[in-house]
Amino acid sequence: MKTRYETVIGLEVHVQLTTATKIFCGCSTAFGQSPNSQTCPVCLGLPGALPVLNREVVNAAIKTGLATNCRIAPYSIFARKNYFYPDLPKGYQISQFELPICEQGWLDISSEEFAAKRIGITRIHMEEDAGKLLHAANAGSLVDLNRACTPLLEVVSEPDMRSAAEAIAYLKQLHQIVVYLGVCDGNMEEGSFRCDANVSVRPVGQAELGTRAELKNLNSFRFIKQAIDYEVERQIELIEEGGKVVQETRLFDPDAGVTRSMRGKEQAHDYRYFPDPDLLPLEVSEGWIAEVRAALPELPDQKRRRYEEQLGLPAYDAAVLSAERPLAEYFEALVVRHNNPKLCSNWVMGEVLGAIRENNVAIDDCPVTPELLAGILKRIEDNSISGKIAKTVFSAIWQTGKSADEVIAERGLKQVSDSAALAAIIAEVIAANPTEVAEYRGGKEKLMGFFVGQVMKESKGKANPGLVNQLLKEHLQQKT
Amino acid sequence: MSVLQLTISGLREELQAQRTSAVAVTRRCIERIDNTDDQLNTFVSRCDDSAFQDATAADVRLSAGKAATLTGIPLGLKDIFSTKGLRTTCGSKILANYVPVYDATVVERLREQGAVIVGKLNMDEFAMGSSNESSAAGVCRNPWDTNHVPGGSSGGSAVAVAAGQVVAALGTDTGGSIRQPAAHCGVVGLKPTYGRVSRYGVIAYASSLDQVGPITRTVEDCALLLEAIAGYDPCDSTSVDCPVPDYQASLRDGVAGKKIGLPQEYFIAGLDPAVKAAVDAAVEVYRGLGAELVPVSLPHTDYSVACYYLIATAEASSNLARYDGVRFGVRHCTGGGLIDMYQQTRSAGFGAEVKRRIMLGTYALSSGYYDAYYLKAQKVRTLIRQDFLKAFEQVDLLLTPVAPTAAFKIGEKMDDPLQMYLSDIFTIPANLAGTCAMSIPCGFDAAGLPIGLQLIGKPFGEEEMLQAAWAFEQATDWHTCRPTL
Repeated sequence: MKTRYETVIGLEVHVQLTTATKIFCGCSTAFGQSPNSQTCPVCLGLPGALPVLNREVVNAAIKTGLATNCRIAPYSIFARKNYFYPDLPKGYQISQFELPICEQGWLDISSEEFAAKRIGITRIHMEEDAGKLLHAANAGSLVDLNRACTPLLEVVSEPDMRSAAEAIAYLKQLHQIVVYLGVCDGNMEEGSFRCDANVSVRPVGQAELGTRAELKNLNSFRFIKQAIDYEVERQIELIEEGGKVVQETRLFDPDAGVTRSMRGKEQAHDYRYFPDPDLLPLEVSEGWIAEVRAALPELPDQKRRRYEEQLGLPAYDAAVLSAERPLAEYFEALVVRHNNPKLCSNWVMGEVLGAIRENNVAIDDCPVTPELLAGILKRIEDNSISGKIAKTVFSAIWQTGKSADEVIAERGLKQVSDSAALAAIIAEVIAANPTEVAEYRGGKEKLMGFFVGQVMKESKGKANPGLVNQLLKEHLQQKT
Repeated sequence: MSVLQLTISGLREELQAQRTSAVAVTRRCIERIDNTDDQLNTFVSRCDDSAFQDATAADVRLSAGKAATLTGIPLGLKDIFSTKGLRTTCGSKILANYVPVYDATVVERLREQGAVIVGKLNMDEFAMGSSNESSAAGVCRNPWDTNHVPGGSSGGSAVAVAAGQVVAALGTDTGGSIRQPAAHCGVVGLKPTYGRVSRYGVIAYASSLDQVGPITRTVEDCALLLEAIAGYDPCDSTSVDCPVPDYQASLRDGVAGKKIGLPQEYFIAGLDPAVKAAVDAAVEVYRGLGAELVPVSLPHTDYSVACYYLIATAEASSNLARYDGVRFGVRHCTGGGLIDMYQQTRSAGFGAEVKRRIMLGTYALSSGYYDAYYLKAQKVRTLIRQDFLKAFEQVDLLLTPVAPTAAFKIGEKMDDPLQMYLSDIFTIPANLAGTCAMSIPCGFDAAGLPIGLQLIGKPFGEEEMLQAAWAFEQATDWHTCRPTL
């Protein structure tokens, strides 16, 4: 039954910007301060107060627009969206309606679950957030306006997605981009990256779209997937039973895993949008756009491709290392110091990621800096230490912050590559294990591993494994 | 000198020469208010104590020789300006208890100069009205005949200046709210070019039209007070960053050789004969001063009132949404839910005219009507602005009546909003065009009520406009006439 329907999804994402101050006043945007402590006449909507646009918000919008292949409008206008609600101090939200700052962008998404495809971005506009209502038991409702007037970008996609998997892939990529750009902290729990999903279904082959439901309260990727899957099933069932989908807003209930109609809110709001007479039209010059473009960081997709094509990394390594900007920066700082990308990649993906996860520290706070790690890799490649000893050195540096050379010297970990010294150990091992020697010489060549292990043990792991192999062969053969 | 004749320019000399003190002048104004306010109902809020504190501080500054132009000058403020710690009602019941936590930029500028703020002046509710009759504080009365309205919406400001309660005052003008009451009260009132003066802290009626301006007894005072409040304000995105001229310095440059346009659309059948006679006489005064008077046309004038009542009400419907009883002002809530609180608060808090305009504006912006009303009005506005710009290619200034009649009787037009709206027919176009305009006294009608002459200048042409006004004032003595009260 399901296969006879096609799912259509369009997403509206609210990206809360990390500017130090609000979009139309100088108040701080810091999260979690005491209620109404970060307010002024402007964000309280006091009579006579006027908005002044924060230039940094425009910069963030242009960055995001460029990173999502949008056209940046040379002329855009702010509009008032009028509605009454206690968390909206002015009785209108300043947003953009006609002529938003970015239009006609796209993102390419790909996954193992579906063929690579391009998702259109209709528009990106700037707007102010509303405050928060706190419903206290026995104390009525309280209004906290700290969040009022914090800057948001609303990124509106085309209805181009055909499954929850595609929606998630698009969202993850957008999330990665805004975090990479540094315009958003990406924290979904705190609401810094919020998504509403417009979901409809239609019989396969039908050209016009089905009636959509707008899903809200989707504050994790997992919930988004659950909500979409539930909603698609609900709509199909409804249609199959002869019912009709109503255009409405539905809240996702994460505990029950269902979406529920938001009753009580008027269905068809007339927001009476009109250009805000308190703000001049925003003019963005070619020069301004060029300035922002020049300062754009390399984006995750570009990095991933460069890692594959120029550094010769496998696709998997390239994807992992480019996924988050701080990790990519760590990796790149390492490669600059030690020009063996694959070895660097192995160590970053192995020891470094393992250790920071285990110790629950951010990559930026990793005590084994790229410089210190490069010191280890250098000693691996010049055969001063083995890969195994290197892990010991890594742990020691994590604890002490000393350099690899200091740790190796202090603890006497330098690999023994001196043939004479190794020959002495080998002679001892051969003397101590006559039975195994006899068996080996009798043709049981598998025992080579045993001898290598014994030598490594005697040398406390410092013996150069390659040399040990070579010398052992010679010694074991000599006596025949 | 009578308190009625005090001017900023005259008083400034007296104060700086220490022939009088700010405290003494302030006391004279407050006595005058005590003696006349029962008849006039000019003040919504008074602040005698802080006025004397301001005056004392001004005297310290004066004796230290650090006085600015306005140091020690008693001024009144329309009750639309946010004044920190001083109740600001905007003529509405809904703000009966509202005490701002900040000063409007213009108030800050007056304070920096050391002006003495005497109190807050009566006005039409939210500046919506042409007669001061829509004020929650009750009508303010015309000092020339207390049965007549003072005009509006800055009625209290014009009355306070005309009646000698303050030396000068600030008002706001959205469709004529400075010029029309100034004309009706026989004083000088100037609406600057949109963007010339900061609107920050001025309670908004129609944001794209509102401008702050002075109401004074003389043109020179008008120049002084304008210079004190004009200039770019980073807190108002619509204020314009262009230098403020020394208006007073060039006042005496005269009008010889200037071209003054007489827009034919303003000399219409409905014009009161006394007003027409006074304006015609003013034209002759200018001819005598060496100006060239030429007929011009502003062809879209007829659409001004309709255009204004769509744009102004649309903006007002949104600007007044914040009066919801949630955060400040008077809340009415006899139970029920959120919607009930909104309805009760706004039903009880707003007067009839404000409700009428909120409804008109809401309608004009509604889905399905937006294009036919609001958008069309914006297009018409552009045409009206172009009318002016074209006219200013031919002439330096325009000369018109301020209002079709002198002040009408209290109650005369309250039942007929359309008639009331038409009293702003000559003042509205300058707001729509965004250009500067002013009213100066030019005569009296048979009943002894003052008549005003309107000069309309080019955008940011205040300097030239003030020169022409000053020349007229020098050639006539209408500005010296004071009501007997």
